[in-house]
Amino acid sequence: MKERLEELEQEAILKVEKAETIDALKNVRVEYLGKKGPITEVLRGMGKLSKEERPVIGQLANEVREKISVAIDEKQSKLEDEALEEQLKDESIDVTLPGRPVQVGGPHLLTSIIEEIEDLFIGMGFDIREGPEVETDYYNFEALNLPKGHPARDMQDTFYITEELLMRTHTSPVQARTMGQKDGKEPVKMICPGKVYRRDTDDATHSHQFTQIEGLLVDENVRMSDLKGVLQTFAHKMFGEEREIRLRPSFFPFTEPSVEMDISCKMCGGKGCSVCKGSGWIEILGAGMVHPNVLEMSGYDSKKYSGFAFGMGPERIAMLKHGIDDIRHFYTNDVRFLSQYHNA
Amino acid sequence: MLISLNWLKELVDISGYSTEELAEIITKTGIEVDGVYEPEDLPENIIVGNILSCEQHPNADKLSLCQVDTGKETLQIVCGAPNVRAGQKVAVAKPGAVLPGNFEIKQTELRGEESNGMICSLQELGVKEEDVPEAFIDGIFVFPDETEIGEDAVELLNLDDSIIELDVTPNRADALSMAGVAYETAAALDREYELESPSYEETKEKANDYVTVKIENEEANPYYGAFVIQDVEVKESPLWLKNRLMAADTRPINNVVDITNYVLLEYGQPLHAFDFDRFNSEEIVTRYAEEGEQIKTLDGKIRTLSSHHLVITNGEKAHAMAGVMGGAESEVHEGTTTLILEAAYFDPRVVRQGAKDHELRSESSVRFEKGLDVNRVRQAGERACELLEKYAGASILKGVSEEDHLNREETKIRMETQRLNDRLGTSMISEDVKEILRRLQFGYEEKKDVFDVQVPTRRFDIAIFEDMLEEIARIYGYDRLPYTLPNSAHQAGGLTEEQRLKRDVKTYLEGAGLSETITYSLTDKVSAEQMISPELQEEEQGAIRLAMPMSEDHSHLRLSILPELLRTHRYNLARQQQNLAYYELGKVFISEDEEHQKQPREITRAAGAISGNWVTHPWQQEKKEVDFYVVKGIVEGLAERLGVTFSYMKGELEGMHPGRTALVVCEDEPVGFMGQVHPRYQKEWDLRETYVFDLNLDRLLEIYEKEETFEQIPRYPSVSRDIALVVDEETWAGDIEVTILEAGAPLIKQVKVFDVYQGEHLEDGKKSLAFNLLYQDPERTLKDKEVEKAHGAILEQVASQHNASLRQ
Repeated sequence: MKERLEELEQEAILKVEKAETIDALKNVRVEYLGKKGPITEVLRGMGKLSKEERPVIGQLANEVREKISVAIDEKQSKLEDEALEEQLKDESIDVTLPGRPVQVGGPHLLTSIIEEIEDLFIGMGFDIREGPEVETDYYNFEALNLPKGHPARDMQDTFYITEELLMRTHTSPVQARTMGQKDGKEPVKMICPGKVYRRDTDDATHSHQFTQIEGLLVDENVRMSDLKGVLQTFAHKMFGEEREIRLRPSFFPFTEPSVEMDISCKMCGGKGCSVCKGSGWIEILGAGMVHPNVLEMSGYDSKKYSGFAFGMGPERIAMLKHGIDDIRHFYTNDVRFLSQYHNA
Repeated sequence: MLISLNWLKELVDISGYSTEELAEIITKTGIEVDGVYEPEDLPENIIVGNILSCEQHPNADKLSLCQVDTGKETLQIVCGAPNVRAGQKVAVAKPGAVLPGNFEIKQTELRGEESNGMICSLQELGVKEEDVPEAFIDGIFVFPDETEIGEDAVELLNLDDSIIELDVTPNRADALSMAGVAYETAAALDREYELESPSYEETKEKANDYVTVKIENEEANPYYGAFVIQDVEVKESPLWLKNRLMAADTRPINNVVDITNYVLLEYGQPLHAFDFDRFNSEEIVTRYAEEGEQIKTLDGKIRTLSSHHLVITNGEKAHAMAGVMGGAESEVHEGTTTLILEAAYFDPRVVRQGAKDHELRSESSVRFEKGLDVNRVRQAGERACELLEKYAGASILKGVSEEDHLNREETKIRMETQRLNDRLGTSMISEDVKEILRRLQFGYEEKKDVFDVQVPTRRFDIAIFEDMLEEIARIYGYDRLPYTLPNSAHQAGGLTEEQRLKRDVKTYLEGAGLSETITYSLTDKVSAEQMISPELQEEEQGAIRLAMPMSEDHSHLRLSILPELLRTHRYNLARQQQNLAYYELGKVFISEDEEHQKQPREITRAAGAISGNWVTHPWQQEKKEVDFYVVKGIVEGLAERLGVTFSYMKGELEGMHPGRTALVVCEDEPVGFMGQVHPRYQKEWDLRETYVFDLNLDRLLEIYEKEETFEQIPRYPSVSRDIALVVDEETWAGDIEVTILEAGAPLIKQVKVFDVYQGEHLEDGKKSLAFNLLYQDPERTLKDKEVEKAHGAILEQVASQHNASLRQ
């Protein structure tokens, strides 16, 4: 019997080695290890053996079974590996072919610029305020120290609808409205972005519709140096830490003193070049200390309260930042223009 | 305002500063410099020559042969100018001279005659044609007889001048004169300047005996002064005067006109000269015009006036529109011998009205409009008299005939050093303030750091403390202010809920594949009233029109964003851009009244337009054109993003495909629409098949549920069942869904269409809709029996309500 078992073992191992497919191997397993297989048969015949032989042969039979089983398992995993390898080989693809495009959109460049500026001022404690685009003459002009007949009204040629109704020429009316709501008591700290309109013929540098962001801070003891500090912080964050700012006198009816802010030219570092028209400086925004008439008209005591205001044009900033040469690009919405700035 | 540095130099010491440096300092302290024009490309080697003889060129009709004495030699020069004559002193460019435009003069031969140079016109020397005196426009320039031969013509003509162009803001009208700029420059550089008082001899006769002045409206005309000037010889101005005018972009005319223009530039005070004889009266009356009164102005036009235009009359007839333009009738002409010289102060608003109504904005009207120094009005008249005496041989009658209601009081402003520092963030001491006031030449009294400043009348822009604050700050130097941050840290900034949601909506739409556009709010009338969302149609009263649009293309406020979005499509399609997916968040404007007198309601909308391929992946043969359901998916996703529930109803709308348009309903009210653009409109507009949506974002943000309470994640399994229903082809899936949800409540959690079929194995006119139904109870595991019961109820209801049968 012992010989028979050893013979079976050799025979089975040989068959395992010869098996080239998983199916063939399965057959070997059934043939030798199945319930009707020869080893089972050997074990069944054990009854004829002596008491002493029985455990010896039993152990041997188990050993043979184990050896065959291990051989089959090993072969099985080898065959499986081979099959998988074959499958993977078949499945390999050209990874250089283009992928299925995902339709991606993106924000308009002006929105990106406006949101960047909004976030920057939110970081400095400002709120965002909005207001109507069709304004009354009162909020657009009178409440901002621009009474009817004031020559400075010419600075902003206006689309009127009626004598009292117009397309707002700046977002400053939002400031007047916000101050008016506060009853002359609470401080105001806000910026107001939005669309504005001027009676201009559209060309490379003019657009009858454009955007503006104006800011206002009213509180007790606001100093002009605070304006300078806030504007510098803005300029550094927006245009780079290395940029310098300068203020120079200007005029706006709603501020006194009024200034314009320039930043040092990035192209030439202040030496003068074609971008800055030789001056080394680029005009970015207008600003000033809120005119006492504006404060008083909105109910603030100008002896107690002071404030500063500033206003800038996102188009101009976008044009400077990206070297865009024509303001009309923002409103013709050429897909080839828009898509350039989807990650701006 | 153009500032000649050669002129400024005579008023203020500007030595030690280059033109650039000067421009920088002026910009930083007060007035923006718009441009600096340095003499470059200057003609060289141009001298004054005397034409000894001038004969007809033997071989050319239009050319002359001139012998020109240049002091050292006599040159033969061929000249083509029609005004060349023997005896003239002219600008000669000798061979080797280089004219602007790098034009080198060479010895040459013209039609067989030697020519050793060129006799120059002003244009050839670089003067702008519009500044050239009329007599010299079509020919060479002729110097006055007394000019020395051999002198440098470039210098004589002041062509080596540097010009600074100032952009004077409306508040700094004081700088619209050389005197004003001189005061400003002196303050900026800390140098000295004072406007000199004019002087001249007066005759014994009094101006008052010739003409009297009567002002009817003191408010409109607080001051009117009339000088009477006799024995005037109208002729060319001296060269220096011409040069000054040309440098300021003013064309020289004759000495009388030039002198009034010169004083305008020097003093900032407009003057006007009448021919006394043609004025034909011994009284001047200033009054408001009568309604319909007419006057022929200097430009030859007949102007019809109204009662808010001020006129200067001879008691009967208007001879000038006050501050705007003189009348043609009493214009100074070659034969004028006696002048009435007007020096007046008119109310800025009155002049503004006249200039605006007649579109006559001039150097004079602008100055009246912006204000004048009350103390310089009469003085400017005197200055003109001084010059007329000198350059027109005139005799000036004694005094001035005038009516005077001007308030010449100086403004007094109190300021404390501490308050200045509080407002500026500086730490000046009173000595610093005094120093600045000295430079500005403002008078003051100071006691214990309290200043009472007397503002000279030339600075009529300064009225309140804040104006003085600006004066102090700008001379102190804005660059010396410290950088500080506001003390108000008690407010944290942030977006409002609405602002945050708008950003979310944008981000969602961009993620869904749409690009943001910004289009015009103002459009043409037709576009403004097209594709108005159904929920707005009841209340809208037509698009609001601008009173004075620049063009009809941008004349009305839009009631829908879509027409402009579609215009964007057309624009891009015309440029071979095929696959377009756009959205815009913008406002539409709903008038509150028929007459459009009230401020309109502004509604923010989220609108989109998509055309072309939605998916294109050629090598995998995958291609999907945009269709209704692509856009619907985007709209549904938006609802989900906002946490609102939309339902859809078939809708019909002008401009939209009648079978492919849905109203979007939220909380039982329409909030917008979506669908395909009508093929007719599509064709008319050269579009491709285009799908759009347009939603009332303001309304959606109102509906948006702020507090989303946490919903337990279900702990018990759900049961999924599929059903296929055969229905009439007109039956809508959405309606069946509603029935299923109602009939299966409360166990049914979700219904989804997963198949729509029509064709083989189905009767004609029928279709099959397959739904997946999900049942769930949050509290326990559902029993089969319960599901069966609910399922049965659903089948019963769809059968009865929609004539639906289970597909076999």
